[in-house]
Amino acid sequence: MTASETVASTAVPERRKTAGVWADATYRLARNKAALLGGGLVLILTLSAIFASQLSPYSYSEQDRLQTDAMPAWMLSIFPTVRPYAKITSDFPLGADYVGRDLLSRLIFGAQISLSVAFVGPIIALLVGTVYGLISGFFGGRVDNVMMRIVDIMYAFPTMLLIILMMAFFRSTFAASQPGTFTHAMNALDRRFGGMLFIFIGIGITAWMGTARLARGQVLSLREQEFSLAARAMGAGNGRIIFRHLLPNVLGPLIITVTLAIPGYISTEAFLSFIGLGVNAPTPSWGSMISDGAQAIRTYPHQAILPALALSITMFAFNFLGDGLRDALDPRLRGVQ
Amino acid sequence: MGRYVIRRVLWMLLVLFVISLITFVMEHSVPGGPFDQEKKLPAEIIANLEKKYHLDEPYWKQYMRFLYDVLVPQITQGESVSMLDEAMINIKLGGDYYLRWVNFGPSFTSRSRTVNDIIREQLPVSIQLGIISMAIAITIGLPMGIVAALKQNTIWDYLGMSVAIFGVSVPVVAMGPVLVWIFGVTLKWLPPTGWGAKPPYLLFFIPRNLFSWDFWKYAMMPAFAVGTGYSAIIARLSRASLLQVVHEDYIRTARAKGLAERVVTVRHALRNALIPVVTILGPMFAAVLTGLFVVEQVFGIPGLGKYFITSIGNRDYPVIMGTILLYAIFLVIANVVVDVTYAWLDPRIRYE
Repeated sequence: MTASETVASTAVPERRKTAGVWADATYRLARNKAALLGGGLVLILTLSAIFASQLSPYSYSEQDRLQTDAMPAWMLSIFPTVRPYAKITSDFPLGADYVGRDLLSRLIFGAQISLSVAFVGPIIALLVGTVYGLISGFFGGRVDNVMMRIVDIMYAFPTMLLIILMMAFFRSTFAASQPGTFTHAMNALDRRFGGMLFIFIGIGITAWMGTARLARGQVLSLREQEFSLAARAMGAGNGRIIFRHLLPNVLGPLIITVTLAIPGYISTEAFLSFIGLGVNAPTPSWGSMISDGAQAIRTYPHQAILPALALSITMFAFNFLGDGLRDALDPRLRGVQ
Repeated sequence: MGRYVIRRVLWMLLVLFVISLITFVMEHSVPGGPFDQEKKLPAEIIANLEKKYHLDEPYWKQYMRFLYDVLVPQITQGESVSMLDEAMINIKLGGDYYLRWVNFGPSFTSRSRTVNDIIREQLPVSIQLGIISMAIAITIGLPMGIVAALKQNTIWDYLGMSVAIFGVSVPVVAMGPVLVWIFGVTLKWLPPTGWGAKPPYLLFFIPRNLFSWDFWKYAMMPAFAVGTGYSAIIARLSRASLLQVVHEDYIRTARAKGLAERVVTVRHALRNALIPVVTILGPMFAAVLTGLFVVEQVFGIPGLGKYFITSIGNRDYPVIMGTILLYAIFLVIANVVVDVTYAWLDPRIRYE
């Protein structure tokens, strides 16, 4: 038996075991009908957000001033109270809004905002929170104490109030800054993305704290276990132990947590846009569409109900998917939170 | 235990101090003053206004002045004389002397009211709505969670947990307009916006028309919109907690000694399973209260949250500071109370 064969024969069971955990999880996920439904919906929503300009019949900002608040005839039977005010059109599949923009196109483009928040929020929470928590938990002692007290103080801040304060701060301070400065460049970038950059930062500022605490707690128990002692005995440095040995072990619970937090990010963005601190007009967000529609809820309720429906369906999809992922990755947690 | 409580309270004060500092720095770095209006005021008038509200002083001095006004109790002769020294707590000491404490200062934009006036006027509305929402959340969530756990993996379990997913999936921003459309516009059962209670209130927040339809017709929709979300959390938590408890040894012991199933469930299982549920009610109420401005905005309810959003747009520094501190106090106290209750309810938990 040569040396290379020995290495191969010890490596194979190791690989099979890791594959087993994930294969097991995939199997459980595939058997969960609600999770599959959620995953399918998320896939459809993501695709329609990516191909929004191909799918939507009009652009989201194109106005037809002659057909403001117009609606297709079939809607009268669903929204009977509209009858006295209705202006029937066949140009817009779901009607037009108060300045004559196509509602269907705006709904499709609105998915871009909600979906990007749904993907960027967890990424920020994972990146910042995990690194912060790993460092804090791994080094322990005074470092841990100071880092966790900072998180404690941030936690005591009413989350939504902090985000609102932040958004007001970004929207006015950065907009008024001198050309050539960093803040001015940030503001220009934010404008190019229709106001999304500041939404990401605002959500990111509060999103990382939960993951940081979780990662730290996990590391505190893991670093005392034999495998990290073994790694140290074999001469691994701090960075290697943290990222090669501890990180893979804490990743499962972290992924569950951030997936379950996605609906929260989506509703936060919707609310920010609802009160006018989110996206810049004319960029459509379901939150700002609900806000516009709510002004006319007595006369044209569909303008608020349709984006509300889209928002709820998206949150349903992510909730189903998150629950399914949790059951698949950690069956012991079933039913907890 | 005593030392633990003292340490938690000291920590709480430090947290509030840092929060006030962060808020102060952030609100003062926002460009534009509270006296910027569509129609520009003459420079002398702005200078006079800034002098009156001490905005011409250096920032550190303004912050010190704020801390002094809020923290230091003062004994004065006679009642409050101006808007600048109106205090939240006024205690008559006898004679013409008053002990006065917590002065958040005057509001910059509504000139005739102090921040304390605004809190006194708007906070009761938020508290009323918060309590009713909590009551709805508990009455829906608790039975649903208990039934789901007792009949695990039956149709009742799946039904209850589906309703819970519905509850967490429909945000207030979406549910508000839908409820208004159904009950306010189409059926015309309830008024779509507004609030039914007016000051003065009994015991600071109980509306005088508590038992009349005039109050409830306004309260039902917003309270339901908030309550469903939290009922889902309560249902999931009570289900999980009860499922965990029924597998404990002492439940088997209770069954083994021949107790009736009803007695085992109610006296042994439920009692222990409800400990975590009861302890989250405190922070949940704080979260409901500080999260109410969503629903207040949607239903046009004159609560403190709605006023907070307006005051950010107006750069009304004292109102922003007062509201954030007030809400932070709620959150911090709720957390400390939970930690202490836990230590008291469950002797297995030790704090050092």
